[in-house]
Amino acid sequence: MSSTSDLATPGLHLLRERREHPVLLFVARRLAAAIATLLIVSILVFVGTEVLPGDAAGAVLGRNATPAQVEEMRALMGLDRPAPERYLDWLGGVLTGDLGNSAAGFAAGGVSPIWEEISGKIANSFALAGITAALMIPLSLLLGIVAAVRAGRALDHAISISSLAIISLPEFIIGSLLILVFFSWLDLLPPVSLIAPDTNPLTQPDVLVLPVLTLLGASLAASIRMVRAGMVEALNAEYVTMARLNGFRERMVVTRYALRNALAPSVQVLAQNIQYLVGGIVVTEYLFNYPGLGKELVDAVAIRDVREVQSVALLIAAFYVGLNIAADLLVVLLVPRLRTQR
Amino acid sequence: MRRFFGNLTPSAWIGFVILVAIVAVAVFGPLLAPHPLDEPIGVPLTRPTEGAPFGTDFLGRDVLSRTLWGGRSVLGLAGIATVLAYAGGMAVGLAAGYSRSLLDPLLMRVSDVMLSFPALLFLLVLVTGAGSSKTVLVIGVALVQMPLVARIVRAATLEQSVRGFVEAAVARGERATAVVRREIVPNILGSVTADIGLRFTYSIILVASVNFLGLGLQPPDADWALIISENRAGLTLNPYVILVPAALIAMFTISVNVVGDAVARNLGISTARRRLVR
Repeated sequence: MSSTSDLATPGLHLLRERREHPVLLFVARRLAAAIATLLIVSILVFVGTEVLPGDAAGAVLGRNATPAQVEEMRALMGLDRPAPERYLDWLGGVLTGDLGNSAAGFAAGGVSPIWEEISGKIANSFALAGITAALMIPLSLLLGIVAAVRAGRALDHAISISSLAIISLPEFIIGSLLILVFFSWLDLLPPVSLIAPDTNPLTQPDVLVLPVLTLLGASLAASIRMVRAGMVEALNAEYVTMARLNGFRERMVVTRYALRNALAPSVQVLAQNIQYLVGGIVVTEYLFNYPGLGKELVDAVAIRDVREVQSVALLIAAFYVGLNIAADLLVVLLVPRLRTQR
Repeated sequence: MRRFFGNLTPSAWIGFVILVAIVAVAVFGPLLAPHPLDEPIGVPLTRPTEGAPFGTDFLGRDVLSRTLWGGRSVLGLAGIATVLAYAGGMAVGLAAGYSRSLLDPLLMRVSDVMLSFPALLFLLVLVTGAGSSKTVLVIGVALVQMPLVARIVRAATLEQSVRGFVEAAVARGERATAVVRREIVPNILGSVTADIGLRFTYSIILVASVNFLGLGLQPPDADWALIISENRAGLTLNPYVILVPAALIAMFTISVNVVGDAVARNLGISTARRRLVR
């Protein structure tokens, strides 16, 4: 990630191979780093949730449980075994597609696999994030470019100031204000997103509008500012001045010369913002009672369902890291120069 | 001070005035609260009346009084977390940047891992393991921010440590701690504090979000984010119970970010390319 640490890596002898399959090698390197990162994340998540003081079995049973009941529950949940053994057991399970059983299931007296509880919710969250991203990418490029082309004028100031304001707001504030306007005041849209299990949220567009607007507000503001910065830089470059001096029309200068060069940094910014959606979606889903993975996670944390928190956290981290690689790959494909640089 | 506030634009001035006002509400608000914090004064979720300008909450308590009390935790917890993040980040960043020993690559890898994990998720994992409390919340938020501060400190330290005056001090035979304290720290303070507005905004956002999720402060504490969270269902009956604390949090984060942005500009650091709030 940091350019200084890359210089230190002993990769000089690989240069020739790199010239032959630069993109492949790049992907292989990033994948290896990602797997290492995820392993460390899995250890941190495990240590953070299980080794720190706290009693998951007691939390499941509630305050009135007798010590004997707690002991029994600990054995049932597998908490009586040593920590390294539990870690390897969990990691092995996750790698083979078994996320473990939820504590909510144990509390209800049965065994309930986490995957069955969350699979439908993952789809709901993807629907929410997908629609937001599909709107965010074109809108941020458009508004960022408009602001950059009009840099220093009234429209630019309006876009810049409002995006600086919105970027400072927590999602639940944006969402609460939207509910106040669109539900309490105008009575147009529902304040909670009630979606029956096993129904596609896309069939009920009205419950999606406010959550999407909430997520869009925060992420759009950040990406507009970054796209604008990249575009302003490109528009001040000498090749743009040269193109203008050559008498090309401004539209052509902006789209063919400046935009193509501003696009690469923008891709990374957009990927960062989609990653940010992953965090923002937790709060947004909770606010609107949207039945997605984020709401599920908050509920699991509230009842201290350790195994479910671990598995969901690792899934989210894997998605986050995967997105990062995809963005880097896209940038490398867009900017040929980078293929040999690293 | 001139260096930080010497040349403020009108919008930065407005932000500064709002910021001072919000901090005053948070600090002195409890002295002005007309009603006790935890006693019902009327029917739950009534709209504004003579005695209660913002109406009552879902338990019939005075919204104005609870709001006046609820700023302390927002300001205090986010403030302490930011200070801790800077203290820890300075120590780690200076050590890594100046010693260039094993600590340096270690710090960089750890912060890579931290950055590959959404901050809120980190806090949720921490709460699952250690329970919901003020201490966990503050330490968690500080830990999330620390790698970002440490990276900036490290980069600035690396830049300074090859300068002539540092080499001269080393050649004079001064101890490493003295070199760091007298030669390096004064020269990196500008670029390190440029981000303080962003870090503080982010601390407020994280603290408020965890409290909103019900995983930080617990009822009956009065806290702006918690007030919004516990009264969500009553929003149609008395919108002020949501509107007032939401507006205060919004004005707080926006003014901190606007002022921080202006200060960074005054320090001559381009704000365009910095990693924005999140």
